[in-house]
Amino acid sequence: MANPSSTLVAAGHPKSSPKSRPKNGPKPKDTRPVWMEKPKPAVQVSKAIALVVICFLALYPLLAVLATSLSSQSEIANNNGLVLFPKEPTFAAYQTIFAGGVVTDALIRSLVITTVGTALSLVVTVAMAYGLTRRDLVGGRFFLMTALFTMLFSPGIIPSFLMVKELGLLDSYAALVLPTLMSAFNLVVVRSFFMNLPQELFEAAKIDGAGDFRILVQMVLPLSRGVLAVVGLFYAVGYWNAFFNAMLYLNDDKWPLSMILRQYVLLGQPMGDSAVAEIAVPSQAIQMAVVVISLIPIVIVFPFLQRYFTKGVLTGAIKG
Amino acid sequence: MSSNSQTLTPQATPDVGGPATVAEGRCRGRPPAAPAAGQSRKKSLMARIRRDKVMLLLIAPGFLYFVVFHYVPLAGNIIAFLDYKPYLGFMDSVWVGLDNFAAMFQDGAFWEALRNTLVITGLQLALFFPVPICLALLLNSIVSNKIRKFVQSVVYLPHFIGWVIIVAVFSEVLGATGAVPHLLENLGLPRFDAMTTPEFFPFLVTIQSIWKDAGWGTIIFLAALMNVDQELYEAAAVDGANARHRLWHITLPGIMPVIVLLLILNLGSILSVGFEQIVLQRDNVGPGAGEVLDTYVYFHGIQDGQWGPAAAVGLVKGIVGLFLVLGANKLAHFFGQEGVYSNGKSK
Repeated sequence: MANPSSTLVAAGHPKSSPKSRPKNGPKPKDTRPVWMEKPKPAVQVSKAIALVVICFLALYPLLAVLATSLSSQSEIANNNGLVLFPKEPTFAAYQTIFAGGVVTDALIRSLVITTVGTALSLVVTVAMAYGLTRRDLVGGRFFLMTALFTMLFSPGIIPSFLMVKELGLLDSYAALVLPTLMSAFNLVVVRSFFMNLPQELFEAAKIDGAGDFRILVQMVLPLSRGVLAVVGLFYAVGYWNAFFNAMLYLNDDKWPLSMILRQYVLLGQPMGDSAVAEIAVPSQAIQMAVVVISLIPIVIVFPFLQRYFTKGVLTGAIKG
Repeated sequence: MSSNSQTLTPQATPDVGGPATVAEGRCRGRPPAAPAAGQSRKKSLMARIRRDKVMLLLIAPGFLYFVVFHYVPLAGNIIAFLDYKPYLGFMDSVWVGLDNFAAMFQDGAFWEALRNTLVITGLQLALFFPVPICLALLLNSIVSNKIRKFVQSVVYLPHFIGWVIIVAVFSEVLGATGAVPHLLENLGLPRFDAMTTPEFFPFLVTIQSIWKDAGWGTIIFLAALMNVDQELYEAAAVDGANARHRLWHITLPGIMPVIVLLLILNLGSILSVGFEQIVLQRDNVGPGAGEVLDTYVYFHGIQDGQWGPAAAVGLVKGIVGLFLVLGANKLAHFFGQEGVYSNGKSK
């Protein structure tokens, strides 16, 4: 539902057009320009403090959750609920969770939904984006407009719900994937990236007898890894974090991890599973362990894809 | 570059040199493209379809998706005019004309939801909007690449964390048993549970949004900042302008177009608040403070089965929202920004 990247679209990014920074070369400055006076120590100190505070505010909640998940009940009680440095770290909470039961099942379900959904979304997005790169395509403008106008309105919660119901998708995993299969924003990003590839290459291939599909698979895709990585990340994050569609369409035996999180951590309902309801492990540690588990994939994937943010998305996003 | 869709693609390069590049692209693209288009028009439609058949097949699934999940459901808004009963379906439910809309205007809960929505979006505009700008200015002033990259990574990360996790984390820190209330108690101050205090709810929502998206929001301003002509700074410094002068007379005017653009677009989405974020927390504070238009539609329609009245609210919100977005885009065009339609849903 929420477009994770809509703020990205508008501004031109410097790296996309080398013209915008003619003198400084391709890399941003790493040394102070000669004309810039050295800031006063007071300014530098306050800037450093500001940066440390910002990083602390961004990371503290996550670290606190991680530390709490590794703590024992007595330690959590002594520290008034949140621990920052567990004295005797214990994996008891994780052992309990991974002993089987609700959370493990939901974790597997979430991983499968995210993988399958992201793959499907990427295929459909890439196919449509590539099809729309032909300049004088029959009906090309119409197809493009059909996609773009979906950014301006949403059909509304109730009509969307009724559509899924009419299609007979209630209580099926397809209800988590199909309604959010593609975002017009990602389509535009991929399409503009394709259009900025050197077209002469493809014309040469065409003269050599390669068909449209073969050009896509053998030439375009290998050149587009960066943008595919970023758009794939957007889709994957969307599927991984989505809970509302699951809440709306699925019974609890099909819930993904995000819904488990809502139910057992936010609403504090019992997990309904004897293995998990053990008393030896503090329930708060288990709750925080579930949060950590749902954070792990994002934190793992994030650094690998980060270098593509500027390379992939921004270059793709500015040019028509 | 010179595609047939030029006006609609996200091409807002609002900064120095931006318009020139766009115009240049047009001049370069047009002349060779024109004869090609002329030729293809001479080909018969069948011949063109035969030539494009692979491309059309590739477009088909995506096109089908947009039609089925974005356009066909629009017709479902008809239930705003029905006394809709799920077991009767569209055909047999009674047509009630504008009754649902009349009911909407008499429903105190609707006005409450509208007020809450406007309070929250207004507060976000006032408190959230300036944060990415300041953060971007701060980041931009870091000389060391390594430190800047590190801080950027840290502040981008929360954008990718889902609302369920964020709300869980926030209740852990701010909630009744969390760290902050205990801290307050230890300091001898009155307990304050930020998660369940209705008066605090708009602030809570805004703080959460800032935590999640302020860092991500800097991307656009950082891009704008790097587009400001570096020679201007040098020239100004030579002429004796100090850091504050340069910020005030070069940096801010340089990124002002982007700021104005985003402000306008935010005004366009003033009826939309993060639905997932609110729906998770509405019951913590009750509908009096936590109900917004989208959650009103969900709770009254899908949960309580008042399909018709809820759909009426959804439809009105959708139409007013569409006009606000279109108006915002018009306004942005008026301020000389190109191709912002694709940014219609921002935030």
